[in-house]
Amino acid sequence: MIRVENLVKTYRMGSIEVEALRGVTLEIARGEFVAVVGPSGSGKSTLMHLLGCLDTPTRGSYYLDGSLVSGLNSDDLARIRSRTIGFVFQGFNLLPRLTALENVELPLVYQGVNPTARRLKARECLEEVGLSDRANHLPSQLSGGQQQRVAIARALAGDASLILADEPTGNLDRRSGREILDLFSRLHRAGRTIVVVTHDMEVAARAHRLLRLQDGLLVGDERVG
Amino acid sequence: MNLFSAVRLAFGSIMTNKLRSFLTMIGVTIGVAAVIALVAIGQGTQRQIRSQIESLGSYLLTVNIRGRGADVAMTYREARDLTSDLPQVVAAAPVVSSSVTTKYGTREHDTNLLGTDQNLAVVRGMDVERGRFLAPLDVECRQRVAVLGQDVVRELFGFADPIGQEVKINGISFLVVGVLAPQGTSMMGSGDDQIIVPVTAARQLVESSGVRTLYVKGRDAEGVEVVTAVLEQRLSRRFKDPDAFRIFSQTQMLETVTQVTSTMTLMLAAIAGISLIVGGIGVMNIMLVTVTERTREIGIRKAIGARNRDILRQFLIESAVLGSLGGSFGIVMGLLLARLAGRAIGVTAVASPLVVGGAFVFSAGVGILFGVYPATRAARLDPIQALRFE
Ligand SMILES: Nc1ncnc2c1ncn2[C@@H]1O[C@H](COP(=O)(O)OP(=O)(O)O)[C@@H](O)[C@H]1O
Ligand SMILES: [Mg+2]
Repeated sequence: MIRVENLVKTYRMGSIEVEALRGVTLEIARGEFVAVVGPSGSGKSTLMHLLGCLDTPTRGSYYLDGSLVSGLNSDDLARIRSRTIGFVFQGFNLLPRLTALENVELPLVYQGVNPTARRLKARECLEEVGLSDRANHLPSQLSGGQQQRVAIARALAGDASLILADEPTGNLDRRSGREILDLFSRLHRAGRTIVVVTHDMEVAARAHRLLRLQDGLLVGDERVG
Repeated sequence: MNLFSAVRLAFGSIMTNKLRSFLTMIGVTIGVAAVIALVAIGQGTQRQIRSQIESLGSYLLTVNIRGRGADVAMTYREARDLTSDLPQVVAAAPVVSSSVTTKYGTREHDTNLLGTDQNLAVVRGMDVERGRFLAPLDVECRQRVAVLGQDVVRELFGFADPIGQEVKINGISFLVVGVLAPQGTSMMGSGDDQIIVPVTAARQLVESSGVRTLYVKGRDAEGVEVVTAVLEQRLSRRFKDPDAFRIFSQTQMLETVTQVTSTMTLMLAAIAGISLIVGGIGVMNIMLVTVTERTREIGIRKAIGARNRDILRQFLIESAVLGSLGGSFGIVMGLLLARLAGRAIGVTAVASPLVVGGAFVFSAGVGILFGVYPATRAARLDPIQALRFE
């Protein structure tokens, strides 16, 4: 599903260059559940942004489903984000003025799905994360765990085959975090490819493969669970 | 995203900042209101003047004779004979005029005296309300008879019947034989504050006995043209100076008036339009603030699949809605204003659908135009940077 070769990402801040990734090569197969761990500043988020087509690498190539993604223009990247990738953030990133249901609908809006169909689909996804009774709540009326579940429903709505989550439980208490992890496990069993960045070894333990990053380099790749 | 839900979305975000949106729209509202009101008043004035000119009577030619140096004396007879041989002329009325003081008993009134003949009534479409107009015999026999305008009657007689009474005009007695029907006020001055006497009897009353004005009524539009040409030629020969006289046809007057008032209206509208541009800058300002405030929202939308053009469209629609909402208020305000101001100055304001529609489109256009830059900025935001924005 994913193949990256020698991925390099350099940030320029004035005259200083920060090498966030210094040549990462890896492959992730369809249906894998992968955890990415590493100390703060090791380049985990940067890698996720590149995999999520939110950013473009300075060097190296990225193949998604066999086709070269690095070097595509912003419209093509937007289409991939819309059709293939569901991103889950640490800070949920729901739109505060939209209800849970409307937030979940959003990817379908940009896919050009008609209102009736997308409402139906969004309800299905909310049901899948167990929040059908909160459909008309605003994010501010939901707990952190519930907000993250809405965010996951949103990632599912666009029929993403690849779910990328950057510290999805970082802002949650242990119990809510565990609910989110259960959800990921379930999605994985349903056949989705999942990549989760985490500090939490409990989270890492759920995955079937552990990638270790350090100073922008991949220093470990092991099967677990 | 379809247009309808995009517009609804725009309304939603405009409504979350009601006061701010309202203050922004005021700029556009005032601009549109000013344009609408000024154009409506301008067009109302134009229509009013046109109808006044048209009420002068159709196929009317007015010849103003200024003379050349001291050579101003064109006699009544001479003026009358200018057109008497032309079959295209229905009637012609030479007029000598002067300011005079009229007196009845102890009452005095300064007014305008016209010395003319029976044809003036035909040519200018004048009706008498009581009594009669001048008759040919009055002119031939130098009868001291007078036809009074409504204002003169009111000033001298109040509600008493003036017919058969004697009034003194500059000290000379004239018998009142008729009262004009109300004429209204036209470009020619008040048609009610005047007194009409036979041109032959006016001779002692006017400083210069020269005919200053000749009214000619043509048979039809074509006739008017022929008569104009003939008069042009004859008067040129008579005065040897093209500036000594001027011939106005009604069409020409209408054209001139239309041109002048249109230019005036356009100028006023343009000045008012400047305030629309100021309003547009207000829209741009607030859209820039909105884009900055919603950087994170933009990042989220992009992260889940919005293309640059989706974001561009969202903000363009928002500023267009802002503009056209302001414009709509402005149209309502402008129409009210035009009506009030029109009532105050005695003009019926004319609100043409074209101007109202144009103002709406224009204000939406101002919104779009001044939204382009903020929206482009929003669309170009880098998703990662936008998501980091606090
Ligand atoms: N937009 C950016 N501009 C400059 N430096 C950045 C930017 N994003 C990340 N970095 C730097 O790149 C390195 C890796 O960051 P990141 O991928 O966020 O690490 P992690 O998620 O593992 O904590 C850090 O040193 C960070 O300071
Ligand atoms: Mg990080």
